[in-house]
Amino acid sequence: MNGANHNVTGVGLVVRGLRKEFDGQAVLNGIDFEVQPGEIFVIMGPSGSGKSVLLKHLIGLEEPDAGEILINDESITAPEIAVKYRMALVFQSGALLNSLTVGENVGLYLTEHRLKPADEIGKIVLEKLTDVGLKDAVHKMPSELSGGMKKRAAIARALVIEPQLILYDEPTSELDPVSSVVIGNEILELKRRTGVTSLVVSHDRDLAFGVADRIAFIAEGRIVTIGTPDEVKNFKDPLVQNFLHIEFQREP
Amino acid sequence: MFENVGEVVLLFWRTLLALPQSWRQRHKIFEQFFEIGNASLLMVCVLSFFIGAVIALQTGPVLVERSLASAVGGVVGIAIAKELAPVMMAILIAGRIGSAMAAEIGSMRVYQEIDALRTMNINPIHYLVLPRMIAIAIALPMLVTFSILVGWFGGAVVANYNHHMEIPFLAFFSDLKNIVVLQDVGNGVFKSFCFALIIGSVSCHQGLTTIGGPRGIGRSVTKAVVNSIVFIVIFDYILTRFLLK
Repeated sequence: MNGANHNVTGVGLVVRGLRKEFDGQAVLNGIDFEVQPGEIFVIMGPSGSGKSVLLKHLIGLEEPDAGEILINDESITAPEIAVKYRMALVFQSGALLNSLTVGENVGLYLTEHRLKPADEIGKIVLEKLTDVGLKDAVHKMPSELSGGMKKRAAIARALVIEPQLILYDEPTSELDPVSSVVIGNEILELKRRTGVTSLVVSHDRDLAFGVADRIAFIAEGRIVTIGTPDEVKNFKDPLVQNFLHIEFQREP
Repeated sequence: MFENVGEVVLLFWRTLLALPQSWRQRHKIFEQFFEIGNASLLMVCVLSFFIGAVIALQTGPVLVERSLASAVGGVVGIAIAKELAPVMMAILIAGRIGSAMAAEIGSMRVYQEIDALRTMNINPIHYLVLPRMIAIAIALPMLVTFSILVGWFGGAVVANYNHHMEIPFLAFFSDLKNIVVLQDVGNGVFKSFCFALIIGSVSCHQGLTTIGGPRGIGRSVTKAVVNSIVFIVIFDYILTRFLLK
């Protein structure tokens, strides 16, 4: 059963020359990359490198100072773009509405846009929550969920939209290793099932190399390198190598 | 305080444009309406009774002393209907409901819930502002009507039992009826409708522009209440002077 009865086909994404400053400080310094339809593209880099700001630009929550973002060759600023292409963002915090139950949160898109009758929305919500292993949480309030459960509920909310482009903001932050693997598997399973284009922003090395078709490494608002996981692993840049291989070193 | 007036007016205008969405949002309007009434009715009752009582207590003995006992009902009636009920109730609601609106929307902004709505192509003005604005625009005039009646009753009780006045209930309300006309009550209720729009616009605007964490939410709540009260008092004068002479 489909949430909104749309055909899910991943969309292509092109970012060209994206620049953004806050209070005179450049956060994005000319970002260029392309994501193919159905690809899982991971953007990784250290904290404060501009990853989350980039994500907000891609979903239209921020406007760039310069540059353009194209979805299937159409500018993201075009007025009809939100109607034409379905996009979803899984927030780092989940961003579930605290005044609604988990079920109401997951069904919010369908309810507010009146896309289905109430009983059918109930079935879809249950189905999506079952997909992410949260069937029993349908009547719970977000405050009753753990961090990992909130993220899975946020993924279920995104799935209801049946997005053609899904953006994940640090999907495994604050999660234990088991929950991180569950989320990683969800990302892979979603791509396999629906062919959605996925863009994952993360500094979790295990997740990035576990799910990515390609990885972009970003630092100080610039793309340092883009390539397959193996290419990035072998990229001879001290910053990238340090980020990928640094470990705790205890004195004996 | 006045630097964001343009933004508040713009929000109000956008909410007006969203009015055709009202029927779709009827459940949320009812929820908000119930919240406002449920949270405020008892306070309105107590406050109004004692406002009426204190006006009768302040003016009654002076008027009776000058053989103007028949004016007590009218003075209390006019003062409450045209001025005290709408202004005091608007201040009460600004403190009770305006603060809640700013806090709720402000925390939704800080915790990215409003961003989440936008990513789902749900307009926060339709979803959050419109129901609150309509609910308060209906609830406050109703509360003020109730407040006027309770205030009159409070004045009548004091006028009857205070040994400086001892004006019987029937005489009090008969005098009140001779002086207060329906338009006076209408003026008070119309003022409260305008005040409701001020409280709704100012509080929702403060919530939507909240930045920072819990401290930012606290700042928004304070500004919502203070700014609402200041604008209520300013508009009270403007409405009284130019519209309701």
